[in-house]
Amino acid sequence: MKHLAARRLALAIGLSVPVLAGIAAAGPVLALGAGDDDSERLARWKEIQTTIFGDRKVESTDTLVSIDAPGRAMDASLVPITLSMPQKDKIAGLHLVIDDNPSPYAAKFTFGPAADPSEIKLRVRVNNYTNVHAVAETKDGKLMEAVRFVKASGGCSAPMGMSDEEAMKGMGDMRMKFAGEANPGKSLEATLMIRHPNFSGMQMNQVTRDYTPARYITKVEVSRGSSRIFTLDGDISIASNPVIGFSFIPEGQEPIRVVAVDNQNGRWEHSFTAPTASN
Amino acid sequence: MDEVGPGIFVRRGPDTEATADNDDAIANTGFIVGDDAVLVTESGGSLADGAWLRSQIVQRTDKPIRYVVLTHVHPDHCFGAGAFLQDRPTFVGHHALTSALESRGEFYRGRLVEILGAEKTGPVVQPTMTVADTAEIDLGGRTLRLTAHGVAHTNCDLSMLDTRSGILFPADLLFVTRIPSLDGSLVGWLKEAERLKATGAARAVPGHGPTLVDVTPAMADLTRYLATLRDETRKAVAGDVPIERAVASIGQSERGKWALFDTYHGRNVTQAYKELEWE
Repeated sequence: MKHLAARRLALAIGLSVPVLAGIAAAGPVLALGAGDDDSERLARWKEIQTTIFGDRKVESTDTLVSIDAPGRAMDASLVPITLSMPQKDKIAGLHLVIDDNPSPYAAKFTFGPAADPSEIKLRVRVNNYTNVHAVAETKDGKLMEAVRFVKASGGCSAPMGMSDEEAMKGMGDMRMKFAGEANPGKSLEATLMIRHPNFSGMQMNQVTRDYTPARYITKVEVSRGSSRIFTLDGDISIASNPVIGFSFIPEGQEPIRVVAVDNQNGRWEHSFTAPTASN
Repeated sequence: MDEVGPGIFVRRGPDTEATADNDDAIANTGFIVGDDAVLVTESGGSLADGAWLRSQIVQRTDKPIRYVVLTHVHPDHCFGAGAFLQDRPTFVGHHALTSALESRGEFYRGRLVEILGAEKTGPVVQPTMTVADTAEIDLGGRTLRLTAHGVAHTNCDLSMLDTRSGILFPADLLFVTRIPSLDGSLVGWLKEAERLKATGAARAVPGHGPTLVDVTPAMADLTRYLATLRDETRKAVAGDVPIERAVASIGQSERGKWALFDTYHGRNVTQAYKELEWE
């Protein structure tokens, strides 16, 4: 179990904690996950749980949250994940953990009053054969988990483009797409696209021996008027050019406002005219 | 090896993945003999593969190996270069190859070492002559015209025309039988395919597939695949078909027409989608 101690180091670099120093330490343990047995996976998950949730109890659920992801990823640096929470009125937040990634705590969603939390889609990097955990946080303070095993490797350290400059092009540009018209009493699906390389800090230039510094989106706030749809706390496990699918309740006339912030003090704000349900 | 033209020898790479048994000898490698010197058209997929090619050259000619062309960054084309270091040739590559190898070379080497072991894999070799636009190489009575292409199969594709035989060496800008793999730009590749057609060359040595093909039908197959991928992906993006569903539905009419379809096609769709969703 020697590697668990090493992994504890890696765990310290979870969400919104400076990431560079920890990455180098995480390097040598990356290959271990593929051969881990179930008890090691469980121990790892318990350790992550404690890091994120302290001594709060995390229960299994078959109904509150489920994960859809490819069993074997086509591209480890872009693995589409769909998280379903059919009992949407009970849901306050959602945590996504990719257990064997160097920084496992991939994303945390906090839903506001304008959200329909029944489905979230996002694209992540997967560095190893790993369990992916989704933990739904209910409005009455319970933590309910679902798990799915994904086979992929190299998604965090894989060179993403062929030049960093190309990857930085248009950084902060955003788009939002809406799936059709708004209808009273019905929520509307939307897709937010953000241009950002989300450098993991693990992509190395072999000649200079430098790692491209981690530069990734730490927070995205999506609101309509004064009403929050969701807040996303992100990390290096989110794929470059993040694309987030969500649903909202199309009430009010105001545009949807998005504010994205990265770990290098980048800040981008865009407003999108959104469909409105008219009676 | 096949002598596909006067003094042009090509080895057919099988349509398989790199394995411990095949030394990653999966690309079409070869050499061209001029009055004064030899040029290696593709170095091979590993040090062992390059050494095999070198042994074939010295069996057939005692002219010096003066040029080794590195057609692009992918490992099945680059890692044979180490076998020719002893000949002190000019290593020729696209102007973007240096930085592409800086960011990816060591990553690829690590992957290959896992499969072949370090001894058979060999080092990353950088170009010593780069081509920004076009260049000519004279082997004595035989001039080769080189073209550095825009982002297409990768961001560093170099093609070559042998003016004596009229045979085109498009490298991986032309796949035959083996499914094309997209790692640059889909729109760009279709554009560069037109440029290759415009050379008027009737026969070509593709990067993968038979050692010599007629350009017109081979290019027609390639562009049909790429155009299908482009058109169906654009349609999916416009119709809000999410990436995870697009991967399963796009381009299925091409299944059965290419070797390794199931291994690469889903990844190609992923690449196409992330390029075209920002159009």
